Amino acid sequence: MMEPQMNADERQYPKGNSSGLSGTLNVLLAGIGGQGVLTASELLAEAAVRGGYDVKKSEVHGMAQRGGVVTSHVRIGRKVYSPIISSGEVDVLVAFEEAEALRWQPELRPGGTLIVNCLRVAPPVVNLGLFKYPDDPLASLRAFTGSFLPVEASALAVEAGSPRLAGTILMGAAAAVLPLPVEDWEAAIRTRFGTAEVADQNLKGFHRGREYALSHKPPLGDASETRG
Amino acid sequence: MTAPATTGRVLMSGNEAVARGAWEAGVTVASSYPGTPATEILEAFARYPDVYAEWAPNEKVAFEVAMGASLAGARSLVSMKHVGLNVAADPLMTASYIGVRGGFVIVVSDDVGMGSSQNAQDTRYFARFAKVPLFEPSDSQEAKTFVSEAFRLSERMDTPVIIRLTTRISHVKGLVDLADRPEPPFLGFSKDPARYVILPAHARKKHPKVLQRMKDLVRLADESPLNAIEWGDREIGVIASGPAYVYAREALPDASFLKLGLSFPLAEGLIREFASKVTRLYIVEELEGLVEADVLAMGIRVDSVGKLPRTGELTPQRVRAALDGAGLAVAEAPSAPPDLEMLPFPRPPTLCAGCPHMGVFYTLGKMKDLVITGDIGCYTLGVGSPWNATHTCVCMGASLGNALGIEKAYRMAKKEQKVIAMIGDSTFLHSGMTGLLDIVYNGGNVTVFILDNRTVGMTGGQDHPGTGVTLQEEKSKPVDFVALCKALGVEHVQLVDPYRLPDVYKAVKEALAYRGPSVIITNQPCVLIEEFHRTQPYEVLDDLCNGCGACLKTGCPAIQVIRREVVRLPNGRDKELTYVTIDPMGCNGCDLCVQTCGPKAIVPLGSSARATSPVEPQR
Repeated sequence: MMEPQMNADERQYPKGNSSGLSGTLNVLLAGIGGQGVLTASELLAEAAVRGGYDVKKSEVHGMAQRGGVVTSHVRIGRKVYSPIISSGEVDVLVAFEEAEALRWQPELRPGGTLIVNCLRVAPPVVNLGLFKYPDDPLASLRAFTGSFLPVEASALAVEAGSPRLAGTILMGAAAAVLPLPVEDWEAAIRTRFGTAEVADQNLKGFHRGREYALSHKPPLGDASETRG
Repeated sequence: MTAPATTGRVLMSGNEAVARGAWEAGVTVASSYPGTPATEILEAFARYPDVYAEWAPNEKVAFEVAMGASLAGARSLVSMKHVGLNVAADPLMTASYIGVRGGFVIVVSDDVGMGSSQNAQDTRYFARFAKVPLFEPSDSQEAKTFVSEAFRLSERMDTPVIIRLTTRISHVKGLVDLADRPEPPFLGFSKDPARYVILPAHARKKHPKVLQRMKDLVRLADESPLNAIEWGDREIGVIASGPAYVYAREALPDASFLKLGLSFPLAEGLIREFASKVTRLYIVEELEGLVEADVLAMGIRVDSVGKLPRTGELTPQRVRAALDGAGLAVAEAPSAPPDLEMLPFPRPPTLCAGCPHMGVFYTLGKMKDLVITGDIGCYTLGVGSPWNATHTCVCMGASLGNALGIEKAYRMAKKEQKVIAMIGDSTFLHSGMTGLLDIVYNGGNVTVFILDNRTVGMTGGQDHPGTGVTLQEEKSKPVDFVALCKALGVEHVQLVDPYRLPDVYKAVKEALAYRGPSVIITNQPCVLIEEFHRTQPYEVLDDLCNGCGACLKTGCPAIQVIRREVVRLPNGRDKELTYVTIDPMGCNGCDLCVQTCGPKAIVPLGSSARATSPVEPQR
């Protein structure tokens, strides 16, 4: 995913219609520092704001981010208080790496949706032999979750034009289950990525990811049925 | 620069909202030193038109700059992380006595969960200590609004005002309504020594005024729109502020709330009124139980929330569990914590591929008889595997004083111990220079490694006096570290390329052999800044790799193990061989691993050359 170049002030939103969602929708994005998790969650938050929703988006920066685990909580609803999602109440988990999917899947609510990037990244502690990478995280995940969608985001990204589009591909896949209009996603992408060229590339990636999710079994749960 | 929008609603982090609030409040001068989670406040403020925004060398200087602007009659702001206020505590204590001319606001963000900090101190103590009012916003909109309120209160009550954020305010995005910026006020300096020259005689006159100000502030807190009762079921009343408020609000949607925005001094009248009208009174606060202690001291009965944790960040779940434990009917039953057995390996923070610090850690990690005092920055990661090359870390600049103390203690015990202090460029300028001066002044036999990567790395790559660029991207004169160390009295100063392992080794050996203070300065930039030029990545020739694993000792995250084999050695012992590959997307081409590879199996990607010396990297 390309770097955004934008001042907060330039992002203006019309007041939209927030009738499509009852309760609060909880989306957790998890990956590794440098994978574009925060930019991806930015797209989701901005698409939701365009839909007229209240949004809170929370993450931890600094040392925790340097090559380590990065998570971003996005909560969408009419009025959102807490910026953090409670354990076991995530409606949709987008994991940017297989072991991270394993790490964060207990946060999913029963019947929640897990979208996982088919990618394995071993940290130095594994390469040094101090810890072991799980043999097959995807196999373990299949047993746990409601709706489960593995996405070959890296391969799809290359197909769509750049390996850096993996994050946008994953968000496209998430868009297939999230109750937000595609136009709001598109507008968020156009606003987010400064130049038309970069925006077009990301739009292509987004649609590739979305189509992939829509055309793949198993059928996905309806994330608009939220709790709280 | 395009003019910022002055109407509409936008998504902003708490830090961006504070910056916006400062701009809308007519602030013209702001200063800071980067520190998570507060860094982005000044970065965002610097992008607004008609403002002066700067990185100071440390928080004390930043505070004094902002205070100076206030004394000149402008509205000013200083921002920092919680531990930064320790550094700025000296001027804070007296600024409380002196008061303000233009409004003066101190924004402090507490890293409650210690995501990137050495402790979790509660800045609300500092407000009590310095006797200045403190605001606690609970989301981005409030973060913006409270800044304007803080300036009004500062000027009305002649006091600095602290705005306390936490990670979950600073780094949470929420919707914010924009407004316009008025003509910034400016009064000019007024020569009034009885106010501004804090001689003991003047300070003694000020002290009772500070106490009176606190009494007046209690009355204002009662009337403040920032403190509001939200009536619900009067069976349960909750007093809360900041993020604790939003978690409790969600857990108890029907309860009555007294939300404290101006949370110090406490709105005693309002609290008494609230307490008298609810059957049971609970107080939910993050970190320390300060409000609870104060309310109890008012003689008001408080029902215990029970197991509200006093360590780590609050979460909706922890608040819910505590309220549930106190017998309250919460909105959702707290769910069981995740099964830790199921979790995969940890993924701690690492150095980046090609980080220049790795060459230093690799070298020092092999010298087992050293004591290495560390400091605050990316290089604190030297404590981890495979280097184990950092043995202390206390606070900004502590590596130098710690090293001197260790060396002196050994000397007094008639023993010798080689000690190395390891500190980054910005941390050295923040508070390492005085430590080096002490080493020189008092004849310490200490070697100081200044890891100059020309940026404040851990906070995301900010400029500092050593980079020659200011926060507002003006050119300035960069610090000459060699000349600086020499000026402080160090005679043995070496400059070394951290990517040349033999040079690093030689420099360390030479410095350790030298009797007296010595300094080694590295000269390669952080891989995340513009100055770094990525060179051609390397690859591993599988048929030449002998599985020795020496390259893994660099700690580079671009090197990945592809297979492990156990072989029986002639002496009968088993040895595990680790065969590696290099991630071409991750590799920055620094060639450190090449220098560790005995069989010369690591070559530039795509080169056909085998078992020959790799080309000299260009940078």
